[in-house]
Amino acid sequence: MAKQPRSTMSRALVRRETISGYMFLLPSLIFFLGFVIIPMFICIYTSLTSANMNDPGSFVGFQNFMDLFHDKTFMMSLKNTFLIVIVSVPTVCAFSLWVSSAIYKMKGPALSAFRCIFYLPVVTGSVAVTVVWKWMFDNYTGLFNAVLKGSGVIKDNINFLGTPGIAIWCIILILFTTSVGQPIVLYVSALGNVDQSLVEAAEVDGATNMQVFWKIKWPQIMPTTLYILVITTINSFQCFALIQLLTQGGSDTNTVMYYIYYTAFKLTEQAGHFGYANAMGVILAIFIGLLSALQFRLAKEK
Amino acid sequence: MKITSGRTKAYRILSVVVLIVLAILFLFPLYWIITGAFKPAVDIYATEPVWFPSEWTKANFDKLFGMRSAPLWELAVPFSRAITGETVYFSVGPTVPGAIRWLVNTVFMSVMAMILTCLTAAMAGYALAKKRFVGRTLLFSLIVCAMALPKQVILIPLIREMSALHLVNTLWAVIFPTVGWPFGVFLMKQFAEGIPGEILEAARVDGAGEIRTFTTIVLPMVKPGVGALAIFTFINSWNDYFMQLVMLSSNANYTISLGIATMQAETSVDMGLLMAGAALAAAPIIIVFLIFQKYFTQGITMGAVKG
Repeated sequence: MAKQPRSTMSRALVRRETISGYMFLLPSLIFFLGFVIIPMFICIYTSLTSANMNDPGSFVGFQNFMDLFHDKTFMMSLKNTFLIVIVSVPTVCAFSLWVSSAIYKMKGPALSAFRCIFYLPVVTGSVAVTVVWKWMFDNYTGLFNAVLKGSGVIKDNINFLGTPGIAIWCIILILFTTSVGQPIVLYVSALGNVDQSLVEAAEVDGATNMQVFWKIKWPQIMPTTLYILVITTINSFQCFALIQLLTQGGSDTNTVMYYIYYTAFKLTEQAGHFGYANAMGVILAIFIGLLSALQFRLAKEK
Repeated sequence: MKITSGRTKAYRILSVVVLIVLAILFLFPLYWIITGAFKPAVDIYATEPVWFPSEWTKANFDKLFGMRSAPLWELAVPFSRAITGETVYFSVGPTVPGAIRWLVNTVFMSVMAMILTCLTAAMAGYALAKKRFVGRTLLFSLIVCAMALPKQVILIPLIREMSALHLVNTLWAVIFPTVGWPFGVFLMKQFAEGIPGEILEAARVDGAGEIRTFTTIVLPMVKPGVGALAIFTFINSWNDYFMQLVMLSSNANYTISLGIATMQAETSVDMGLLMAGAALAAAPIIIVFLIFQKYFTQGITMGAVKG
């Protein structure tokens, strides 16, 4: 899309375009500015105050941020959040890439059936998915305990969601099943768009399947990989419903997202400590911004 | 032509087998919800897992529908409290089980979010793609940045804003932020860029006004995009548990997800009841997804191009 040089447009035309452009943008802008941009600035401002539920508070500078780094629960939830991101991002990417390369050449119905099945956990919705997994992990009537006991792997029932060190892995597993759907759809379409003439030329020259994949397909699907890395990172950072419904942050499964919610809405020493919670939100946003930028950088260099 | 060696063939077969096993594992939770919803209590509490219901019963659904009741539909008129001092409600229909009311709320919320998003995003996407106005680049960068921001970060200011507008605990408090989310605008811009400038120019020369150009030329050309965005918004809005959780507080305003989640917190042992609730929450959205799958896939891939 070549940008028209300004000089060729008369000033009257520029004015006309600007007015009509904003007329079309207006309805969308009301919602965008009102419910995304303005709250974003309020969030940043509030993070610098001692605001709570009934009191706008006073300006305290970076005090909330200082306090956060001495807050053991926050450091714990930061650690868990990073654990989730570090484990789930590579596994989701590798898994969805493998599934997509196995299915993208299949005939129409088989392809859409597989794509659909892997997408279903996303569509089912976090609440329905979590409720059924909670039952499967249950201490007494859960499927996992029954199967593991039946096959002789374990002797006594494991309290999966109540044991620190195990619970977080259960959450990572469930998060995984609800995260691969979108990457698979994206990879299937990206692999389908790989230049076939290059692949055929390489095959004629005697390249192995592995070589064709890494030397030809991989560079071409790089933009998709990048996009998937970013959305999976954001998605993993936001892991909330699973925590809230499964453990309520117990068994060492607190994440930043859940801790924000907890600080703002649950009874803590200072009920609804908004300034503090907003400071966490700002930190989370900074981490996500940095990671996204880093991933773009890395991908560009390669 | 390439001669397939024995090894690649073996690998192909193996990968299909693995895929089928994985597919079964991915479908299993859904299977467990559906069978669980129809299992009698004996099966639910059995120490040995009962893979298939010994008897299909609708007892769980009877319980679910017997729990609470509410008018079928009751809608707070937006901003009525700010204008008249008290919330004005439309109330329609007979008294129904609470779960049905939750379902009606969810459908209303998702459809409303869908219509508003499609309408505003189609207009804005067209303007961003085809109009050369002052501040366009700035606005577009703002949109791209906002897309990377997790929605939940702005949660607290959003709630305070909603309570200042007297919208807290109404479905509008969930709908408006969904409409404001800039993904739709971004998606529609991608589609609108495909409209040839000559056609718009020709319409202008022929004396068609801005609105006429938009409705008769632009809209038909971005129709596939609107379809993709519509289904995408509908499903996301239906499943946006977090927003619903923080914005809605009274039982009559609950969505189905929120209702089931609350039920889970109250009676975390009655698995049959919970599975019936989960089935009720998941079934409609899965059916919608299966019907419009094609547009949905298109929406996901289009959003990623140049993303």
